[in-house]
Amino acid sequence: MIKQWGKALSVLAIISLVTAGRAEAKSGIVIDGSTTVGPLAKSFAAYFDKKYKVPVTVSESGSGNGAKSLINKSCDIASMSRSMKPQELTAAKSNGVNPVSSIVALDGLAIVVHPSNPVRSLTKAQLADIYTAKITNWSKVGGPNAQIVVIQRESNSGTQESFKELVVGKETPVTRSAETQASNGAVKNRVSLTRGAIGFIGLGFTDSSVKKVAVNNVMPSSATVKNGSYPLSRPLFFVTNGQPTGLIKQFVDFPKTSDGKLIIKELGFVGKY
Amino acid sequence: MSSEDTARQVRSSAFVVSARKRKLQKISKMAGESTLLLIASFVAVVVLFIFFFVARDAVPFFQIRGFSEFFTSTNWYPADDPPGFGSLAIIYGSLMVTVGSALIAIPMGITAAICLSDVLPFSVRQYVKPIIEMLAAIPSVAFGFFALVILAPLLQNFGGPILMWTWWLIVSPFLLLAIIVVSELLTANIASEKKRKILHATSLGVFGLIALALLFFVGRKLQGIEILTGTNALNVSIILSFMALPTIVSVSEDALQAVGRELREGSYALGATRAETIVKTILPAASSGILAAVILGIMRSLGETMVVWMASGNSSHIPDPWFNYLESVRTLTATIAGDMGEADQVTGSARFHVLFAMGLLLLVISFVSNFISERIIVRQRKVLSGQ
Repeated sequence: MIKQWGKALSVLAIISLVTAGRAEAKSGIVIDGSTTVGPLAKSFAAYFDKKYKVPVTVSESGSGNGAKSLINKSCDIASMSRSMKPQELTAAKSNGVNPVSSIVALDGLAIVVHPSNPVRSLTKAQLADIYTAKITNWSKVGGPNAQIVVIQRESNSGTQESFKELVVGKETPVTRSAETQASNGAVKNRVSLTRGAIGFIGLGFTDSSVKKVAVNNVMPSSATVKNGSYPLSRPLFFVTNGQPTGLIKQFVDFPKTSDGKLIIKELGFVGKY
Repeated sequence: MSSEDTARQVRSSAFVVSARKRKLQKISKMAGESTLLLIASFVAVVVLFIFFFVARDAVPFFQIRGFSEFFTSTNWYPADDPPGFGSLAIIYGSLMVTVGSALIAIPMGITAAICLSDVLPFSVRQYVKPIIEMLAAIPSVAFGFFALVILAPLLQNFGGPILMWTWWLIVSPFLLLAIIVVSELLTANIASEKKRKILHATSLGVFGLIALALLFFVGRKLQGIEILTGTNALNVSIILSFMALPTIVSVSEDALQAVGRELREGSYALGATRAETIVKTILPAASSGILAAVILGIMRSLGETMVVWMASGNSSHIPDPWFNYLESVRTLTATIAGDMGEADQVTGSARFHVLFAMGLLLLVISFVSNFISERIIVRQRKVLSGQ
């Protein structure tokens, strides 16, 4: 009899343990969205995993997908490199989702070219002309006599939308012969391998394999992005459904802590706080 | 009842087929057949369902935007305001890489199949065929990675020399063969042995010089070409042709093997050489199977997504001039893959449905070409069987 009771008790204990584990797993955070915010979100996730033992899942599928996931309630935080569009806001409302954005960091859109390209600086107008194919040769902007290979991002990219808004203008279409790549990394890869290429990537993604170009004679850097003198900068967002609470609030507010600031700086982004 | 009685009953019923037993047999037969029928028809139903659901989501696009923009405009700006859904350039891009890969894969594949089935000894073929079929087992993302990281920079940095060497390697054997045959034919009817030899030698020399000049000048012209971007239609065509090759080689080799020993030996017995046997007997006899192989291979190229998504450059324009394989293109499959994430119903209806319109177009193209190839194969069979 006593043995049976012992068995029942141990079964109960196991069940409670399993359900407890499940409850804990459910308290994890799911993040979806921008490939630009991706490295930040991943580093934050690693930090949270280590310090609080909270599993954080980070997917990078583009800002548009992040917004979509939030609207469909399939993620807790949408990481976005642009603000929500009006259509997305109405879609969210009709789905009972109330998007609340908080700024993670600031990011400069670095214009990058092949390291062998002698061009050092471009004006915003020149950039717009290049991306609308009014300028198709590097010699027109002080470079060698070589055709320009224009590289842009896919239409679900927040970086693409920011670039269009900041440089080309929302209503003006980018040239049809522009090559399209799926992520910041892919753009960097293509630019680093192609002599005539020009592309734009988040400041945090730049390294020695590509050459940054000054825009309106201002080089992109943490300092110029923070003081606003670099013309192509934008905020990056974490968007939540309603005011964040508990762990999610802690995660969203992480950029304000000293550890958060350190991570932002290490990854080449610019802290807002 | 004792156990002996039961045993006797069982034994007797094993021999005498009672009405009940017969009924049972009939039922089990029907059950078995209908299960098989169900499974078989399930496959057909799946195809119909895919067609139905793709079409159901494609139709709203044409209701919203009409037909003419989709098929005649090259303005592909799905995310802009106002949006443009002109897919002509994208349709063209799909056709371009498919034709490009077919141009490479079909001659290579059929040649390889002939070599495997009629030239190489059996012991070698045993090892070579599985190796070629291994190509089919490589995941397409690995092909895409290769195209993006290795082939694209190669084309950019050494594009001219690569084109030149390819030209030389492909054309020189054919030219050599042509020169020999032409000289042989020209001098075949000359009676005097001495005169014939001299004429033969001069004709070899003259044609050889012309061929060398052709090789050299075209080669130099090709060497001068600078490839601006390595992620272009040529890159994708090359990779797609390698993906289509195993299908073409394997299926057409099977078709050549199926021709059978009798026809081959009959041809030899009539005094035909091996070349004559292959060209005049085996190839015509196997042509329907080879055609099926080619269609299968082309469908593989048309439907491939990952490689074109990674390596075609994805710029939605018609190259200038239209046959310029050194420019980036965008294909239907890559567009569906790339834009699906953004284009949910919530973010603009036409943008979502246009992708289904593209999917429907792909489905229709493959259905039509399958249908045509089926018809050709049937007709071929009738001709061969003498009806």
